[in-house]
Amino acid sequence: MKPKSQRLILVSLAVIALGVAVLLAMSAMREQAAFFYAPADVQRLGLPLDRPVRVGGMVKEGSLRRHDDGVTIDFIVHDETEHTIPVTFTGIVPNLFREGSGVVAEGRFQPDGRFVASEILAKHDENYMPPELSDRGLHKTETIE
Amino acid sequence: MHAYANPARFLKIARALTPWLGWGGLLLIAIGVGYGLLVAPPERYQGDSVRIIYLHVPAAWLGMGGWTGIAVASFMQLVWRHPLAAVAGRALAVPGALFTAICLVSGSLWGRPAWGTYWEWDGRMTSMLVLLFLYFGYIALASAEKEKGGEGRLTAIFGLAGTVNLPIIHYSVVWWRSLHQTQSIDIVRGQSAIAGEMLWPLLVSAVGFSLFFGAIVMMRMRADLARTKVEARLRRMAEA
Repeated sequence: MKPKSQRLILVSLAVIALGVAVLLAMSAMREQAAFFYAPADVQRLGLPLDRPVRVGGMVKEGSLRRHDDGVTIDFIVHDETEHTIPVTFTGIVPNLFREGSGVVAEGRFQPDGRFVASEILAKHDENYMPPELSDRGLHKTETIE
Repeated sequence: MHAYANPARFLKIARALTPWLGWGGLLLIAIGVGYGLLVAPPERYQGDSVRIIYLHVPAAWLGMGGWTGIAVASFMQLVWRHPLAAVAGRALAVPGALFTAICLVSGSLWGRPAWGTYWEWDGRMTSMLVLLFLYFGYIALASAEKEKGGEGRLTAIFGLAGTVNLPIIHYSVVWWRSLHQTQSIDIVRGQSAIAGEMLWPLLVSAVGFSLFFGAIVMMRMRADLARTKVEARLRRMAEA
């Protein structure tokens, strides 16, 4: 065999072996590398009470409620399963936070199952749409009433 | 591919190609980014902050595209010992790192108003930052090896090994729950979740930045070859 073809086979094999190794490593850390727990994970793994965690999912339509103090909000995070997490947060939410949209909350679970968030991050989905014709040019942030 | 591995022939083609890539790229960037910034509609939830997409997404693609080029060059260097492969790898690394940095900075600036944070250690952001560090490592290794008069074989091995990060970046939003949104444009299936009025300036801008990237690479390769020629001549004169 010519050295050129030998190298071709050797380098190709090395690349394939490295690729497979990395794929295996990545699939092994599927759980650890996740940025947040979904409601279904919390159900499956139990409430992590001992440490601050992130939970995420969609803000349930119609679940957003503002307390009388004006800065504390309650809402429910749900995912594609029937599991939900009630969340309480005091502070200012990002622009993209609204009902029916993605959210990631950082904080701690209380023993009663309620999640008290110290920070709220909004998630944007992959859809990029212009506003409806009626309010074109006027960006309305529909967040909390 | 093999026919262009001859430096003399390559130089002739590169010299003719550079102005077309450079000026053509700048023209398309002006059209795509100009339309995106001034004419395209704001996004329904993000408002005007969506306009960063016309810079952020092309920069992300080119940051990854640059390393794809390094992977191909490294493979050709290791297998066929092409004289131009190491030159191409070195030429790709600096603009690749630059566009990766642009992607990270523009994304961070968008993240503050949209997500509520400049930076989080989610899969997509972390793997993109790793790509930037891989570029730094590649640049340092390539210049060190060149200084010592090596063929660049170590650099090529590093370039090939670093390629494993590319699928990780791509699938980071699929494998792991992330803060970053999943991909909007599926080139293989030809589908897009971006409204047409925003999509076409984005694609024009991406093609423009790609051509401009090509012009930078051509210029850097020509400069690299010219420098090698000068050094060889100086050595011969010193010996004579």
